Amino acid sequence: MVYGPHTPDDRSRMLAALGIASVDELFEVIPPAVRARPMRLPPGLTELDLMARLRTLAGHNRVDLASFLGAGVYRHHLPPVIDQILLRGEYYTAYTPYQPEISQGTLQTIYEYQSLLAELTGLDIVSASHYDGATATAEAALMTCRATRRERVLVSRGVHPQSRQTLGTYFVGANLTFDEVPLVADGPAAGTTDLAALGRLLADPERPIGGVIAAQPNLLGLLEPMGEIGRLAHAAGALFVAAVEPVSLAVLAPPSAYEADIAAGEGQPLGIPPQYGGPYLGILACRDSLIRQIPGRLIGMTSDADGRRAYVMTMRAREQDIRREKAASNICTNQALCALAAAVYVAALGPGGLRDVAATGAARATELEATLADAGAPRMHPGPYLNEFAIRVPDAIAVHRRLLHRGILAGVPLAELEPGDPSLADGLLVCATESTTAEEIELFAWALRDELGSMPGVVTPGVAAAVVGEGRR
Amino acid sequence: MSVTGPKLQPTIFELSGPGRAAGHRIPEPPADALDRLPAYALRTSPPALPEVDEASLVRHYVNLSQLNWGVDTGFYPLGSCTMKYNPKVNEWAARLPGFAGLHPFAPDETAQGTLELLWELERDLAEISGMDAVTLQPAAGAQGELTGILVVRAYHRARGDLERTEVLIPDSAHGTNPATASMAGFRTVNITSAPDGGVDLEAFRTALGPRTAAIMITNPSTLGLFERHIVELLEMVHAAGALAYMDGANLNAILGRFRPGEAGFDVMHFNVHKTFGTPHGGGGPGAGPVGVRAPLIPFLPAPRVLREPDGTFRLERPGERPSSIGRMRGHVGNVGILVRAWAYIRAHGADGLREVSDDAVLAANYLRGRLVADGAFEVPFAGPCAHEFIASGAGLKRATGVRTLDVAKRLIDKGYHPPTIYFPHTVDEAMLIEPTETERLETLDAFADALLEIAEEAHETPELVTSAPHSAPVRRLDEATAARQPNLRWRAASPAPETRGGSH
Amino acid sequence: MIPSDLRYTKEHEWVRVEGDVATVGITQHAADQLGDIVFVELPEPGKRLEQFATFGVVESVKAVSDLFAPVAGEVLEGNAGLATTPEVVNSDPYGAGWMLRVRLSDPAQLGQLLDPAAYEALTAEG
Repeated sequence: MVYGPHTPDDRSRMLAALGIASVDELFEVIPPAVRARPMRLPPGLTELDLMARLRTLAGHNRVDLASFLGAGVYRHHLPPVIDQILLRGEYYTAYTPYQPEISQGTLQTIYEYQSLLAELTGLDIVSASHYDGATATAEAALMTCRATRRERVLVSRGVHPQSRQTLGTYFVGANLTFDEVPLVADGPAAGTTDLAALGRLLADPERPIGGVIAAQPNLLGLLEPMGEIGRLAHAAGALFVAAVEPVSLAVLAPPSAYEADIAAGEGQPLGIPPQYGGPYLGILACRDSLIRQIPGRLIGMTSDADGRRAYVMTMRAREQDIRREKAASNICTNQALCALAAAVYVAALGPGGLRDVAATGAARATELEATLADAGAPRMHPGPYLNEFAIRVPDAIAVHRRLLHRGILAGVPLAELEPGDPSLADGLLVCATESTTAEEIELFAWALRDELGSMPGVVTPGVAAAVVGEGRR
Repeated sequence: MSVTGPKLQPTIFELSGPGRAAGHRIPEPPADALDRLPAYALRTSPPALPEVDEASLVRHYVNLSQLNWGVDTGFYPLGSCTMKYNPKVNEWAARLPGFAGLHPFAPDETAQGTLELLWELERDLAEISGMDAVTLQPAAGAQGELTGILVVRAYHRARGDLERTEVLIPDSAHGTNPATASMAGFRTVNITSAPDGGVDLEAFRTALGPRTAAIMITNPSTLGLFERHIVELLEMVHAAGALAYMDGANLNAILGRFRPGEAGFDVMHFNVHKTFGTPHGGGGPGAGPVGVRAPLIPFLPAPRVLREPDGTFRLERPGERPSSIGRMRGHVGNVGILVRAWAYIRAHGADGLREVSDDAVLAANYLRGRLVADGAFEVPFAGPCAHEFIASGAGLKRATGVRTLDVAKRLIDKGYHPPTIYFPHTVDEAMLIEPTETERLETLDAFADALLEIAEEAHETPELVTSAPHSAPVRRLDEATAARQPNLRWRAASPAPETRGGSH
Repeated sequence: MIPSDLRYTKEHEWVRVEGDVATVGITQHAADQLGDIVFVELPEPGKRLEQFATFGVVESVKAVSDLFAPVAGEVLEGNAGLATTPEVVNSDPYGAGWMLRVRLSDPAQLGQLLDPAAYEALTAEG
């Protein structure tokens, strides 16, 4: 009886009302041949012991290191007001708002989330969220095939490999195919989508393309020529999907500006902590004409019987419980509480605040770039970036490991993200946000310089203290 | 509902005013921060996001929360959703900085705590279900279903059997089941249920054949009944060379009593936001782990969590298991939710979990007994039920014109969240009622009393019922206009609010 | 009361024939069962339909239903007004709520449809 209220007396009364002697009689319908043996699990813990065990486990995770990890998941300052609101039981213990009269809290906050993302993306139809950026990208790709009745999409290798892999899995079931568009190997556009290759792939009359997907910024942190990509896609009768990072939309041109038909993205940077991978937030938005193709819930504004403004789940006939095998998607649960977190985050920062997050990240990244180049690790690509880029480091995996032991998470090795691409094997993908400190940047550069055998630079007291601290661990 | 009375709110946009959001949260960037970016890539005008001071922001969201009904507010007997109490220690656990602050690309050696927790959770779920292995990757039950059915597809193809293009699904199934089959490229064959609510064995026997890849069965069924013919059904399925998938949404009825993998199911999904007490969040996030028997392990999504001989943990490397169906989503799973599920299982242990099902089934049968005795609603299927049961308002509708929808809305006035209505589709004017194990006996009795009252009102003052709710923050909504003229985002020209009592 | 000059399908579509042009819609019974209709998906002009094959979809707030062609033929036009006022299918299903005009390819197929009495009987059972 951990959380249940029933006393032995309660149980006796219920059994008596049913005229049975034991609850076992209620399970007699289970055929004897398949009745379970007792489960072998560790015995139930008291709350005290449970918390102690959880503290121990959490303590085995190293979250105290200087982190330059990005690749789609970003460490941002999270205003504490977000969690205070998320902890309100009326929000987090509520179910899907099937009874709208007593769910206006959930419904209005999600409508506001839809509206905020419509502002950021410039696309008017925003779903009430998908599972995460990778599945949102996969569903966007499926949408393009449904809408154009074509069976093939093109995905730039600048799109996150996890999104490409997820798309691949979803495409297997849907019996659709996709090709990857290579990135330019060298020159000023190195690391961005190869437009000539894209043009050739689009021009193949045997393989009409339903959708073209590119990311902004792309996996390598670089800015892509989204307008060009969109023009090429539309000229071939394909739809254009932009995979976007939401904080960047405070300063970067939004999908509507470059005529994207659909936007997909990972909403984690909007007020959601990293949590080792989830739950996150799948952003999925599209222009008006695709409203019947978009999967997932949609919250609409309407009025009640007395004329009051109110909110309700709408266009439900598209969803699985009604369409069943004809539904565009089987999605039922969305990520409502994460969408609420994102809405509160954006509202708490305001347009100026969100812009500052993006711009401060960019400024820190500029410092990081200069400092690391000075330490012997220049950028791999020359093109413009916002707050993330790849540096070239000889023997990158080994150096990364040694930096780890010095207390630095020196980004994500590109060899792990793109194991099949030898040209990226000596790359480390690093990022900076407004949470990255000058001390962390100095520490990284100092340690890197040391590892690469360059002349040691001047060590500031802050860095020295940090290094000594590391030695004590 | 709340002490001060629920207050409708204007949108956050309408609370906005230039300069109201004080810029104090992070340091200001240098003025030239974006100068190095090319003009073509930048916005030409800022997004019209709301500018709100923190106090107004908080009032907005606090007041909106008071318009919501959660398990923390009151009884929430939604059949098939398992709205049990969400333990608060689990919220503390998930928020521990060691868990919440861990980046998914952190090297394995810095993630040993989470990896160990995930590894243990896989084993716990395998033990609970009698399966040989579990993946924690799927983001929700529906995604778990898709994962499971794609694993089935991969299994058959690996054996060279490309003819199995059909999935058999009973007509009482949750809509996600046939939607999943379609997404995985299969044709759904709908199997009509038997009059007693169980599977029609003969209908299955006729439909099973060399084209059958799998059957998808919810057990106990969506009618709240354990499949008494489960052994014969599973034998029949395997004899036809097909696999058996169990939709685990109703696992709360059978913990410690039935282990699907041991009984012969090949693959199943769990809804941790149902059985294992992780919160529903207003519609998510949840998680939908999938359990499989040994022959299906090679096809599970990647990466799996592995334990090395030296006791450390790591993630599978890309390409390490080539027969995997690949990735269903980014990263390893909804870890924040899985931490809560782990804590729930550890708090209960085997005895505690068995008691959960005992109490859930006892409570459902007790409440069902009350409805049978009161006689106001039909209870179409013979008892005992599992953790939920079906009642029908068909008779009441015939006698008074009042429908189940109206009864549901009137329950709101009585202080309850309505049960699931009009599902499953196989019962007319259905109510699917699932009390769960965390409700007091007094609540069950009061709820039964309320239903009886409403039935009496339906006879005496039907308009009171058909125009309910009267005491909710809003009355019934115009869903037709919402669908015909969708307004899915705020625009300055949207209709003005009519706030009751003022908000600021 | 159902119109006496129409023929009906078991799936609750009606057809009115004038010369070799057939007008198609759904019956009041069907519209009532569906509830408030919010969207109708119709084929493009020029599309060829087979008798009893699906030609479109009708969506209400809480349900969705396939539309089955009472007769084979070539689509001449769909009722464009339904895009803005789908509710007319509920209020005037046999008149302004018409859905499709089709050029009949085989008038003999009309013999396979239900006459008004037979359709009444069908809906009385249901």
